[in-house]
Amino acid sequence: MGDEEILKFDAIVIGAGPSGMCAAYVMAKAGMDVAVIERGEYPGSKNLFGGILFTTILNKLIPNFWEKAPVERNVISRKFAYLTDDTQVALEFKTERYNKPPYNNTFTVLRSKFDRWFAEETESIFNENSFVFSGFTVVDVIKEGHKVVGVVTDKEGPMYADVVICAEGANSLIAEKAGLKKKPEPHDMVTGVKEVIALPSAVIEDRFGVSGNEGVAIEYFGKAVDGMVGGAFIYTNKESLSVGISCSIIDFTKKRVNPNDILDKFKEHPAIKNLLRGGETIEYAAHMIPEFGYDKLPQLVADGIMLVGDTAGFVNTSHYHEGSNLAMASGVMAGETAVVAKQKGDYSAETLSLYVDKLNDSFVMKDLKKFRKTAKFLHENPQVLNDYPTQMVDTLVEYFTISEKPKEEIRKDVIGGLIKDVRFIRMLWDMNKARKVML
Amino acid sequence: MKIEDALKELKKLSLEDKLFTVKYNLSKDSHIEINHEICPKCSTERVCLTICPAKVYEEEEGSDKVHISFENCLECGTCRIACTDNAIDWQCPQGGMGVCYRCG
Repeated sequence: MGDEEILKFDAIVIGAGPSGMCAAYVMAKAGMDVAVIERGEYPGSKNLFGGILFTTILNKLIPNFWEKAPVERNVISRKFAYLTDDTQVALEFKTERYNKPPYNNTFTVLRSKFDRWFAEETESIFNENSFVFSGFTVVDVIKEGHKVVGVVTDKEGPMYADVVICAEGANSLIAEKAGLKKKPEPHDMVTGVKEVIALPSAVIEDRFGVSGNEGVAIEYFGKAVDGMVGGAFIYTNKESLSVGISCSIIDFTKKRVNPNDILDKFKEHPAIKNLLRGGETIEYAAHMIPEFGYDKLPQLVADGIMLVGDTAGFVNTSHYHEGSNLAMASGVMAGETAVVAKQKGDYSAETLSLYVDKLNDSFVMKDLKKFRKTAKFLHENPQVLNDYPTQMVDTLVEYFTISEKPKEEIRKDVIGGLIKDVRFIRMLWDMNKARKVML
Repeated sequence: MKIEDALKELKKLSLEDKLFTVKYNLSKDSHIEINHEICPKCSTERVCLTICPAKVYEEEEGSDKVHISFENCLECGTCRIACTDNAIDWQCPQGGMGVCYRCG
């Protein structure tokens, strides 16, 4: 490409993560000229999440994708566990029904492998005027009046397009520069750190009670993260475990603790350390998760630009912990909107607001709306993740402790004690509120 | 894997050891700048010193200036959010540079 040549596309996508690539895929299928600009050495090299990819959207784009995509294991068991200093209380849900296609659309993946594959798969349907530019950082948007008409990159300078889809992720510098978003507050964002710990597949299967490609997803709360708003997790990959914690930035700030120290403490918990025996840490990583929720969503659309995925804050903070699925759905909807805009030859905010209509009609906004109070509730009621599990565990320990006391007496003492305990009444009250905002 | 190996406790790694597991494409230029006018008047008691998962920020010995080991940055962006005084100017590293996850 000569210096004098202006680089102009139908659409520019900033970021080659799941939301950006879904948008690119939909637009490429409609024959549009697409440029995906990825700042990493290759797609996926800057990307990170805990470890579970939800794939209802992906399976529609690329049916039976798991036959060729680098997925690690299909999740047949989900476990939720409360930890205190020395005890674990857990609920495991494991079903053989999730062990056949489409595998409940829940797979563990390693993002740098998966995202790279998805980008290559998308490139394979690109026309001759479409490209993934890896190793290019977008430093700003170009505006003509109010309309976004392109981006400035650090290598190629200006690149123009009728529409820009901003899929840059949680740390959304460009969306802020474009004026669609304010810098988030510390209580709106979560930071996660993770280690990938290598273990032979036979050891993983034996230790976690699975075989073949079956996998397990475990989430931990309470003392797992020192009672902060957040949790810890272990996900089984083929030949490694993804082990991490993620907590609200305001909690790290208030406690003046380092996320890595919380992760180390979690790994040494008596309920955890035996799961990690013999492993070797092969990668350490950190990332942010936007958890500002429905009430603080940014402006999603302006003339010539749309925000998708983490940039837009599409994360379901409930027990589902869904991010990737919402990201992919928003990417598809933004892509479809861009296709309509091209047909109309109009990329104004008014035309692009079709994207917002699509979101409103879908599970993305419906779920964000339903769980809009979850994060706020947990911040305002720290006892739900902190004191109550401990009280519950103390009661269970009392109930299950073997002694010479007749069992009937133990039962009477434990239940009688609970009924008299004002804290228990308060707990039931709070847990009922928690159920309403979280389930 | 031998049974003895599978039973060994996971080796404790220091943060420095952990950062050795990370692949970086090293850039000469820092993508992080500190505003030295705002920084000394910090209202967050220099949360950057404790919160960064890669401990990029350290107090310089014998001085109250903050030193940035930008080479270790994992590009999570937490410092930018935690520093509510906006004393940290965090930009993306030059294209292709910085952290390069092989697992992710």
